Amino acid sequence: MPPEHGSAAAIELHDVHRSFGTVRAVDGIDLHLEIGEIAALLGPNGAGKTTTIDMILGLGRPDQGTVSVLGMGPGDAIGRGLVAAVLQTGGLLKDLTVRETVRLTASIYADPRPVDEVLERAGIGHLADRLVGKCSGGEQQRLRFALALLPDPILMALDEPTAGMDVEGRRDFWSAIRRDAERGRTVLFATHYLEEADAYADRIILLRQGRIVADGTASEVRNLSSGRSVRASLSGADEAMLSRLPGVRAVEIRGDRVIIQTMDSDAVARYLLTSTAARDVEIVARNLEDAFLALTSDDGPVAATDRAAVGDAA
Amino acid sequence: MSGEMPIPASVPDRHAPPLGGFNLTFLAIEIRRLLRNRRTVVVTVIVPVILFLLLRQNRRLATVGATEITAVTTMIGIAVYGAMLAATSGGAMVSIERAQGWSRQLRLTPLRPAAYVSIKIIVAMMLGLASVVVVYAAGAINGVQMDPVVWVATGLLAWGASLVFASFGLFMGYLLPSENVMQVIGPVLAIFALFGGLFVPLTLLPDVMQQIAPIMPTYGVASIARYPFVGGDFDPTWLLSVIVWTLAFAAAAVFLFQRDTRRG
Repeated sequence: MPPEHGSAAAIELHDVHRSFGTVRAVDGIDLHLEIGEIAALLGPNGAGKTTTIDMILGLGRPDQGTVSVLGMGPGDAIGRGLVAAVLQTGGLLKDLTVRETVRLTASIYADPRPVDEVLERAGIGHLADRLVGKCSGGEQQRLRFALALLPDPILMALDEPTAGMDVEGRRDFWSAIRRDAERGRTVLFATHYLEEADAYADRIILLRQGRIVADGTASEVRNLSSGRSVRASLSGADEAMLSRLPGVRAVEIRGDRVIIQTMDSDAVARYLLTSTAARDVEIVARNLEDAFLALTSDDGPVAATDRAAVGDAA
Repeated sequence: MSGEMPIPASVPDRHAPPLGGFNLTFLAIEIRRLLRNRRTVVVTVIVPVILFLLLRQNRRLATVGATEITAVTTMIGIAVYGAMLAATSGGAMVSIERAQGWSRQLRLTPLRPAAYVSIKIIVAMMLGLASVVVVYAAGAINGVQMDPVVWVATGLLAWGASLVFASFGLFMGYLLPSENVMQVIGPVLAIFALFGGLFVPLTLLPDVMQQIAPIMPTYGVASIARYPFVGGDFDPTWLLSVIVWTLAFAAAAVFLFQRDTRRG
């Protein structure tokens, strides 16, 4: 074992940017993932999840910043079979059988796991002789997972692996991933399903408009949902003043509308009604979904006060 | 289950596969896949035979006396056509693989682009070889007679055409979307073949076509393939034609391939 790799992080992104034309898909991401972590990249479509995963896999190169996977470049890590992935867009040949697809892919690796073993682990041993074109979307996705198991990778990256699957396919897929992760595999998966991130990740990284807006353990992110949201119509709101109120964790101003995330909604409401010209004051209990939406919605610039740092996950 | 495949907590010292991932299992599965595609096999192996039988029939009626010579040159020309049709189809399979996203899937493996392209070219040339063998068998059954050395020499040289056109197929495969790649390639190859004198001896064609012929990518390969039988002077421009066209197609294929798979 080369000493320089022995203690490397699974993923180390430093100030990574990537644009497509005028769209800043990834706009300054720093990410450190330890070996053994199971992390979700959670965010709505267009938040930069796929672009981030593509750069981790060497399918795209950052315009700025550095990407290191297990202490080496992504291409090197893929070449040595240390990293594998299940992508939304990775295609399969419809005219091969499931087993042929796995055998063919296995032949590319220096020291692959046995074909039957990965078929079993992915839960598709019974489909081995079926043509890929005759497999359902969920079955094809488990085949991609089987292919990703071949090199016995340290890091497994999954990009929206259950998109387009039915409920049963989704459950079967995640149970295969979970069984695998229990043995210590490092897993990074992108999803826009909150439940998936909550159920399967130890750590949730929330992305919005190409930036990380929250990063913490699943329970820390869940805590973001405690407290209430106070909304009111108020022109010329003093953001700094509102931020200093007791219990306030975030203030967002959208035109004449202010949205204040707080642990003490009474204090905020009293202040708004007695010391400002606020109208239409609403107090709403927040759930995880609200936290997610509040942190990831695209209709507003990312303000400093939006950033809910919820502690160091590592 | 957890004990069977322990995952190390630190990064093991693993290496990339030899030869960029090129291996015989991959090749064998690719060839099996090709044979499973009946339409390609029928078009590339059976069509040249039918074409040969038809043209030979006409020639016998048209030019009694020179029959056997034209039968042989037609057979060699058709073998070249078969080899190029097969090799182009084989190379153009990349277009289907791109459309299905397989190329992207392969980029998640250690397979190097050069290994992938080598496998594609070998598979395309295997189909080309099958086409030449079948056309020659049809020729032998239909009374074509040559010295055994000339059979082998012309056959191998006709097969050489498939190397030129495997590059052409890859080029087309990266250039065109899969749904119409063969619709475009079929007529293009037929024009190459006709103007290069593969179907009908050039001397029977109009002057204009005879003048265009030497710049066709088929002209050099066909002339070289027929040389062991026809004899006479070897024209070095034939070789030049083969080299220039092969380099041109290969360069175009490599350019498009890099554009397609560039990491970043």
